[in-house]
Order: sequence, then structure tokens, then C-alpha cells
Amino acid sequence: MAVEKKKAAPAKKKTVLVTGAGGALAKRVISRLHGRYNVVAVDFRRKVETDAGIPSYKVEIEKRGFEDIFLNHKIDAVLHIGRIFAHEYSRDRRYNANVLGTKRLFELCKKYGVGQVIVHSTYYVYGASAYNPALLDEDHPLKASEVTMDLVDSVELESLANIYLWKHPELNITILRPCNVLGPGVRNSMSLLLSRPYTPVLLGFSPMMQFLHVDDMADAMVLAFDQNKPGIYNVAPDDYVPYQRAVEECGCKKLPILSVPPSLPKMVSSLLNWNAFFPPYLINYFKYPVVLDGSLFNKTFGFKPKRNLNDIFTFYRKNKLISD
Amino acid sequence: MDVLAALKNFSAKEEVLRRLVTPEIEAAVAKIPKPVGSFGFDAWGYNEDQFKVGLAGAKWLYDHYFKVQAFGLENIPRNGRVLIIPNHSGQLPMDGVLIGAACATNPHGPRAARAMIERFFPTVPWLGNLLNAWGGVIGDPVNCAKMLDTEEAIIVFPEGVRGSGKLYKDRYQLQRFGNGFMHLAINHATPIVPCGVVGCEETMPALYNIAPLAKVLGIPYAPIAPLFPLPARVVLNFGKPLHFKPVKTEEEVTERVEQVKAEIRRLIDKGMQERPSLY
Repeated sequence: MAVEKKKAAPAKKKTVLVTGAGGALAKRVISRLHGRYNVVAVDFRRKVETDAGIPSYKVEIEKRGFEDIFLNHKIDAVLHIGRIFAHEYSRDRRYNANVLGTKRLFELCKKYGVGQVIVHSTYYVYGASAYNPALLDEDHPLKASEVTMDLVDSVELESLANIYLWKHPELNITILRPCNVLGPGVRNSMSLLLSRPYTPVLLGFSPMMQFLHVDDMADAMVLAFDQNKPGIYNVAPDDYVPYQRAVEECGCKKLPILSVPPSLPKMVSSLLNWNAFFPPYLINYFKYPVVLDGSLFNKTFGFKPKRNLNDIFTFYRKNKLISD
Repeated sequence: MDVLAALKNFSAKEEVLRRLVTPEIEAAVAKIPKPVGSFGFDAWGYNEDQFKVGLAGAKWLYDHYFKVQAFGLENIPRNGRVLIIPNHSGQLPMDGVLIGAACATNPHGPRAARAMIERFFPTVPWLGNLLNAWGGVIGDPVNCAKMLDTEEAIIVFPEGVRGSGKLYKDRYQLQRFGNGFMHLAINHATPIVPCGVVGCEETMPALYNIAPLAKVLGIPYAPIAPLFPLPARVVLNFGKPLHFKPVKTEEEVTERVEQVKAEIRRLIDKGMQERPSLY
């Protein structure tokens, strides 16, 4: 069967829209897809420099101009990586972009017959609580909004994706929930935090964490895209390290913060305006573990991360030596 | 000069560790069939190095303070999933510590047995992480199921605080057993090793429970009892592994729980006769 298919006229290359193209993960995904697919890059922050043959747009997905991209290109699939991080813009602006923008994206996908959508979510949706068991499955309740209003957009984005996943199976939606993604160029809170010479830690708390190299995450995303098996998947390695150990391994000096009473670290964070790397609403994630069971993804897609924890931490350690 | 050089390199922490973590402990932990990640941790925060230190302390209590006698250690499987089900007593969970030490230094094949801990421990700074590193895990059925699937040995006290908090006048009377452990055993095809603990009742004889005080403090019970565990002799008896086939109704589950309870009662009676003296 497969051989016969090859002999037939070469299938038209599919066109893939990648959002958040300016980010470290999207850049890697684009370079992996480029050649095999026609890639269209979109970012809401700036017009991204891309390789020849990759059209690039600066457009906000909740704005009208976004639809023009679907009119100008016959989009076959969408990799929705772009989202406004919790430390960028205000809560309302973030909600509009992440939740309403994503809803608009799904509507456009429906209207223009897009056959596959990958949604890049986050492990934050599970919420950090003292009662969390370890190795959370995908069907564990999403409790992030119980902890803080600032993560409501992450949870709502997911429930939205879930609604479309069941209501519109033709969209073939795959939701990926990665653990902490780190590596060169990554600008999420955890990466900014571990890039700092002095890193805040809560006295007496060092929750277990999982880390994935951004190159492995890009591989995982391309695997999920190539094999197209819709559903919800955690993406996390089966290797674990306490937060404070990770801080040491990244060559950071610890900046201890009193953890009792529980409101104190939040106060410190908001007073010193540590929004970018140690935001008040993420404090609980530095106190209680959110450990994912990534085995479903690994089994379904045959995924195994190529870089271990030491490879990941070495990048941060070396960077500090260079800047010294 | 040698003395000076030795003093220069002296580190109190290392010296204490060297004395605590004996070669026997090192050898026992090296033989434990327990997979850990690249930094020596598992998903629940167990850490090999910290486990050795904890075990060293527990072993000292085991040998010299409670002068534990353990029988039937050969009944604990060398590897593969197992639920160890003991009676619970003595206000503080010393029975859990001693059973853990018995498992980890078992000459027939050491195991790092995981104990289910109270849900408020993770909120206590340092202590929460420390208990995790020693193998403690909050008693959540998801945790238990995942650990059985990865072939761990788990200690469950089905009596919970009903057992540990009972008064001295009720000693050696088994309290109501929860059915959770039997569901886990059946659903995950896990053998149950019953264990009778004798002696822990005498480590902290409680005369009265000040329930209103416990309520105010948010703790399970507030006993009038010695301030620290007394050095009572402890006898542990591990029974033969029990296997249970799937059943339909909760009534049938309860029947099987009663079988385990009866076996524990037998092991306690055996231990009472083997105990040479109270202290």
C-alpha cells in the first residue's frame, strides 16, 4: 500500500501555521517542519525573521487581520504555540489574547477546513497544592484557578480546546501539557529564574520538578503533529529533581525567603516586583510539587527525551561562567 | 602534624555522617531494588542519600532503644509490589519507623518500604521534604496505585489515627479497618503481608485524650502521655503473603479485610508470647 502511494503523483505539500513564531520553541519547531511542509509564521509581538520561503506576519490573533492569513494561504494545520506569558501585559489583555484569541483561532480553523490543531498548554493548569499526588494523569482535575485568578486564562484555554476537541473531531485537536521547558532562548518564568545569579527559594520547601530541554519539546511537538493522534497528553521525562537542587545545579546562589506565614513570600514578590521570574501567583509551584506522568505520550508517540537533566542545567551553569 | 592536618579537614557534618551511615547500611541500601532518577530522586521525593541517614537513625532505635525482635522477615518478597498491613499504636508512628527499618535491613532481601503519611505534613517546612526523602508519601489512593504499578513495597495502617490515638486501656484491641487497602490489593494484584506489632502500645501509654485541645490545634488527638516514647521492647511478626481474587460487592471486600484482621490478631498473640519482658 505504502509503495503504491509513493508512485502516485507527489502529494501537495501541506501548509502549517505556527503561532508564537518568535519564541524559542516555535523557532525550533519551524526549522524541523521547514522543507517537509509550507510553514506560515505568526507572532503577535513582532514580525519574525524567518528563512526564505516562510511567510511571516505580525498580527494579534484576536484582531480581524488574522483572518486574512487564512484567506491568503490554504492552511491545513495549526500549531498553536504562541501565548502571552503571565508576566507579559495585564491580566485582561492576557485573557483576551489567550482565551478569546484561541477561541477565534478555533472558529477560523472550522471555517477554513483546517484538519489538525496542536495546542501548547502548560503543567500549571493542574495547580500546585500540598495534597497533590505525584505522577498526575491527564484526567486529574485542573485546579490552577483554585489557587490563583492569574492562571484562569491557562485553564480556560484548555477547557475551550477540550470543547472543540469533542464537538469538532474533524479539527483533530491535540493538547500538550509540558512540564518546565528550559534551554537556550527560552523566556518563560522558570528559564528567566534559573538564568539569574541570585534565585529566590522558599525556606524549608523544595518541591520535586521535571524539566524538558526545548529541543526535546520541539521533537515531541513534531512527533505529535506527524502522527496526528488527537487527545490530551502530558509531556514530561521520568526523571525528577527538587527545585533547590536544580537552582544549585544551574549555578545560581540561593536567595532564601521566609515561607511562614504563607502570605509572606507573595508579599515579598509583589513588593519587589519580581513579576517576570518569581511572580506572586506562581509561589505555590515553588512550594508544592506538580509531577506529571508522561507515560501516555511516550507510549503513544514513541517519545524519549534525548537530553538529560545535567545537559539542561549545564547550559545555565556555563552561561553564568561566561558572564562572570 | 597529622592531628593538625586532620583537624584542618574536619567537618562535623561529615564526621557524623561517617559514624551514622555504617558500611552495613550502605550495603543494605545498595541492594534495594529501587529505581531512582539521575540525581538519586524518585517522583515522590525519595532520595537514596537521605534515606541512608534516616535509616541509620532508625536502625539505632531498632537495635538499642526498642531492642526489636523481628520474625517472618522471609515473608516479605525480595522484589515486586507488596502491601504490608500492620496494626497501629503508640500515638507517634514509631511502628512505621521500625517496620521500615526491618524491611530496609532485611537479610532476606532489603526493601525501601514507603509509608503513607498524614496530609498536613507537606505544609510543614523542612519536615515535609525530609519525610518524602525518607520514603514517606501522602496517603492518596493515586499515589498508592502508581507506586504499586512501579513495584514498590508500601506500609498501610488501615486503622489510621483510630489505631495510633487509642488509649492505653484499649491496647491491642484492633480498631475498625478501612477497606481502601483491600481495593488496592485486588485492583493491582498485590500480595498482602500482614504484620503484628507488639510493644509500641507501651512506648506511649495514653491515659486520656484532650479532644477539645486537639480540635483547637488542628491535630488528630492530644493525649496525656509520656513526652517521649519509652524504651519498650518491640516484637514484629510478619505473616505469609495473602493473595486475593477480584470480588464484586463491598460486603465481600469487608469479609476479606476481616480475614487480614484475624491474621494480624493471631500475629499479635504470637508476639505477646515471644516478648521476653515489657521494657
